Amino acid sequence: MNSMAIIQQLSRGFATNCLVFALTLLMAIPLGLVITFGSMSKFKPLKWVTKTFVWVIRGTPLMLQLFIVLYAPGLFGRPMQSRMTAVIIAFVINYAAYFSEIYRGGIESIPQGQYEAGQVLGMTKAQVFFKVVLFQVIKRIVPPMGNEVITLVKDTSLARIIGVAEVILCADRFSSKGIIWPLFFTGIYFLAATGILTLVMARIEKKLNYYRG
Amino acid sequence: MSILEIKNIHKKFANTEVLKGVSFSMERGEVLSVIGSSGSGKTTLLRCINFLEKADKGQVIVDGEVIFDAEDKSKKTARQIREAQLNFGLVFQSFNLFPQYNVLENVTLAPKLLAKDRPDFKQEKKKIFDEIEQNARDILERVGLGDKLGNYPCELSGGQQQRVSIARALALRPKILFFDEPTSALDPELTGEILKVIRTLAEQKITMVIVTHEIGFAKMVSDKVIFMSEGIAAETGTPEEVIDNPKNQRTREFLSKLLK
Repeated sequence: MNSMAIIQQLSRGFATNCLVFALTLLMAIPLGLVITFGSMSKFKPLKWVTKTFVWVIRGTPLMLQLFIVLYAPGLFGRPMQSRMTAVIIAFVINYAAYFSEIYRGGIESIPQGQYEAGQVLGMTKAQVFFKVVLFQVIKRIVPPMGNEVITLVKDTSLARIIGVAEVILCADRFSSKGIIWPLFFTGIYFLAATGILTLVMARIEKKLNYYRG
Repeated sequence: MSILEIKNIHKKFANTEVLKGVSFSMERGEVLSVIGSSGSGKTTLLRCINFLEKADKGQVIVDGEVIFDAEDKSKKTARQIREAQLNFGLVFQSFNLFPQYNVLENVTLAPKLLAKDRPDFKQEKKKIFDEIEQNARDILERVGLGDKLGNYPCELSGGQQQRVSIARALALRPKILFFDEPTSALDPELTGEILKVIRTLAEQKITMVIVTHEIGFAKMVSDKVIFMSEGIAAETGTPEEVIDNPKNQRTREFLSKLLK
């Protein structure tokens, strides 16, 4: 088998990683905000349920969560139809939990005076949040979110644990036939992806830097 | 009829009784200063009137209409509270400008959001927004910031930021404008420019309540002065009565400490 064919297969594998990455971000970013509202709720039962949920998700390995999402529905007589779906569900929940804590930190770092200023100007709570606070939160959470996003790129390789053909699984198939280099070569994909994301995050940070505070 | 009447405001935080029954009233166009040492309850009083704290007891009456009554157990809607709130404007000690918006946007943000409630908003949106912007420009011109419209708060001095925050409050045309120690976060040299703006507003007969440590300024600008001590209005009267000839022992002690 020639190198080009191998690289082609690896690239197809990495497309799966990219898909997991994109879908996870797309869904975990808003879901994280919902979890944040839960964990900051004044309604105590909701707050504690949410906090326990976040603790469980952050306190167990993503690898274990992948297995649970794949197999648990089967215990209730409804086996998971697609492994890819299981991967997306587990990733979205896991990352939403982490994002929610980053959001919470960001929201709590906004001075009370911003809320009060909005309130005395007759804004509704929603207007204060969306027109005043949210943008400031976004500016503050870009650096920690950048970290998470880069971790997510690398975590997508965990999908192989439940048999989704991501790039490292593809490469491993060659190594079992005695061709080792594809396995090493996968590093290039990850470096390229994280390199691009680092540049993107830096660009976003710069864009938001038009004001201080 | 008094434009503002405050009746028997009480407020307790945990076990500390900060306000022990404060009452006062003021007329349209008057300037009222609230003086007193730190911890006497001045700021808490302002916050209770402006719905930033909920008083345990007492009433707030604007133009004869009771807009807050601690005894009234019927739950007010958020909208009713907002409408009541808009009787007042509040200038904070620490400005609390919105850092991501420029000067003009800081002043127009709230009026533009409020305009959405107008019945003619959909048809007249452009015209309404133009009016709001023109009004904001005029006010900013009046506080001497006509050339800073596009600047962000972080690019301004403390005095300029505080003037933006005064403009922001004025843009909503409140019946009464409150100041919570508007110069306490400023250097002495920047204090002057704020006091000048407030004096201009007083000349335009804007009704104002000013919590301040600037006794000299309070004397010059106010029609009425309240000296607060330990949660009560210990002495109320004209500046001459309260500042020049205080009858209350505690007022005398407070003023003599300041003069030393």
